[in-house]
Amino acid sequence: MTENAALSSSPPKAQPLLSIRSVAKSFGSRQVLSGISLEVAASEFLTILGESGSGKTTLLRLVAGFESPDAGEIWMDGERLDLLPPYRRRVNTVFQQYALFPHLSVFENVAYGLRVRRMKKGDVTPRVEEALAMVKMESFAGAAPAKLSGGQQQRVALARALVNRPRLLLLDEPLSALDANLRKQMQGELQSLQREVGISFVFVTHDQQEAMALSDRVALLRAGRLEQVATPRDIYQRPATAYVASFIGQTNLLRCTVTRGEAHWGALHWRCGASDGPATLSLRPECIRPAPASPPRDSVVFQARVTGREFQGASEYLKLTLASGETLTVRVLGEHATASQWGFVAGDAVLVAEHE
Amino acid sequence: MYNRAYRLAITVPPLLWVTLFLLVPYAILFAYSFWSVSEAQNIVRNWTSANYRELVSNPLYLQVLFRSMKIAGAVTVLALLLGYPLAYFLSFHATKWKSAGYQLVIIPLWVSYLVRAYAWKTILGSTGVLNTLLIYLHVVSEPINWLLYSPVAVVLTLTHIYTPFVFLPIYASLEHIPRSLLEASHDLGATPAKTFWKVVLPLSLPGVIAGATFAFVLSLGDFLAPLLVGGPNGIMISNIVYSVFGAAYNWPLGAAVSFCMLLFVLVLLQLTERLEKRWSFA
Repeated sequence: MTENAALSSSPPKAQPLLSIRSVAKSFGSRQVLSGISLEVAASEFLTILGESGSGKTTLLRLVAGFESPDAGEIWMDGERLDLLPPYRRRVNTVFQQYALFPHLSVFENVAYGLRVRRMKKGDVTPRVEEALAMVKMESFAGAAPAKLSGGQQQRVALARALVNRPRLLLLDEPLSALDANLRKQMQGELQSLQREVGISFVFVTHDQQEAMALSDRVALLRAGRLEQVATPRDIYQRPATAYVASFIGQTNLLRCTVTRGEAHWGALHWRCGASDGPATLSLRPECIRPAPASPPRDSVVFQARVTGREFQGASEYLKLTLASGETLTVRVLGEHATASQWGFVAGDAVLVAEHE
Repeated sequence: MYNRAYRLAITVPPLLWVTLFLLVPYAILFAYSFWSVSEAQNIVRNWTSANYRELVSNPLYLQVLFRSMKIAGAVTVLALLLGYPLAYFLSFHATKWKSAGYQLVIIPLWVSYLVRAYAWKTILGSTGVLNTLLIYLHVVSEPINWLLYSPVAVVLTLTHIYTPFVFLPIYASLEHIPRSLLEASHDLGATPAKTFWKVVLPLSLPGVIAGATFAFVLSLGDFLAPLLVGGPNGIMISNIVYSVFGAAYNWPLGAAVSFCMLLFVLVLLQLTERLEKRWSFA
């Protein structure tokens, strides 16, 4: 059973808040971004995911205004954004290393955006206090940033950005400097904070689990081009390309030959919508199961030897070697992981590339 | 973790140096300042506070000290006005010319102080470069005589000589400002001008204080510039010390003047060091 997966970007409903149109950017002779078109809806949590060097931070900096595009346009709320200097954009950024002002207290850091925009003195204090309360940092108002831990600096940076009530908040790998436990906690807080304030978040990360856990949609960037923009569920279950399939989670990429609607991989074959010729299928490890006594009629059943194991706690990854020599990775629940030779049923394989 | 011999080897020589060539001479100087000179020009080793009383009662000393401070203050302000914009430009806006510009500021430091001070004589003299040019351009008909041998000439010369000393610490402190702070400021709605006043300037204050201290203290004790271009009205406190020690052969009085200067500078350095610490956020 094969599902055809086109570039499955479910377009955001109504008028998008941010619209990036055919943007390109290069530094010297190095092309960093090309042909980027992306829309962000109001109140959406969109993650730009990619390896280091994929151009994700550059894309964020284009929206913030620290770089200007070589080609294309960026619009926000019906207004051309890329022609404005950063201090005229209703966009705020949470920087990777927080970039808190070391000579100002926590309170003054958060008040900075209000003060430079000449808000009345009496209005500043309640707004700053409200923002600090939102990130549970009200008791640190007088502290110097250098006295705070990484997680606390992170919260102050968030409050400093959110106090300005931007239409759009940009977050440049804000959690990458935190240790694993704090990271998990901050992920949860970020998500609930975003729901609370209803501001659109554009979040940059290289961590696919983080992207999956937090986002409404994920935009996967590879070498300066958008590979796929979709909900976490879609991007996992219906990857548009072999790269997406292998970048998000673990998978078996099967190079097959399609003849008359059937994809052949070694001795196994699936029904497939692709036209005849070579193709690549993605078969997730959890889609392969130990075969029951009487497997369903049209399922793909095969025998294999277990030639490697990687214990994960609740589950275990097994390396299977088929009689014909091919190998597959399968994820099974703990109690199955004893026998060394089994029958298996392979489930859905997803076509990720034709005529590769 | 280092062994005893190693620790002795690295601590004893500098301690010895400081003791022999700084502390002992200062002690001798301090002792001299309480002695006196006889009619026959011999040092009399009787303790007296007469030298210090002379300093306070004779208006000449206070007058020259006051003038030295005014000159040093003017040099400091001018060197800051020249050095800060230059450092700012090189640190934030020069891309291709950054290291070339930096070298250009540094190179004069390799040229002898004497040569640079002397150069101002040829520029400011009544038949000097400046006057010749002004007459040639018909800006003036007679050479301007007050340019050379005046406090103005001393200020110009010292500003030229000490601007690199102001530039260097300011440049270093500007280079240490993370550029992400400027981006954060712009991101929060501050224009480049506001960003300068609220972020760049406060964070470069340690460099400004260090540079100003250099310029002020070095100018205050300067001896050659007033000697070469100062004339009678451009005399500074070091020239007084020189003439009291030399021509007047009154070592005890000279020692008293020197000691007062030393004390003043040490107090000043303490104050500026505290200020610098107050504004450091490393």
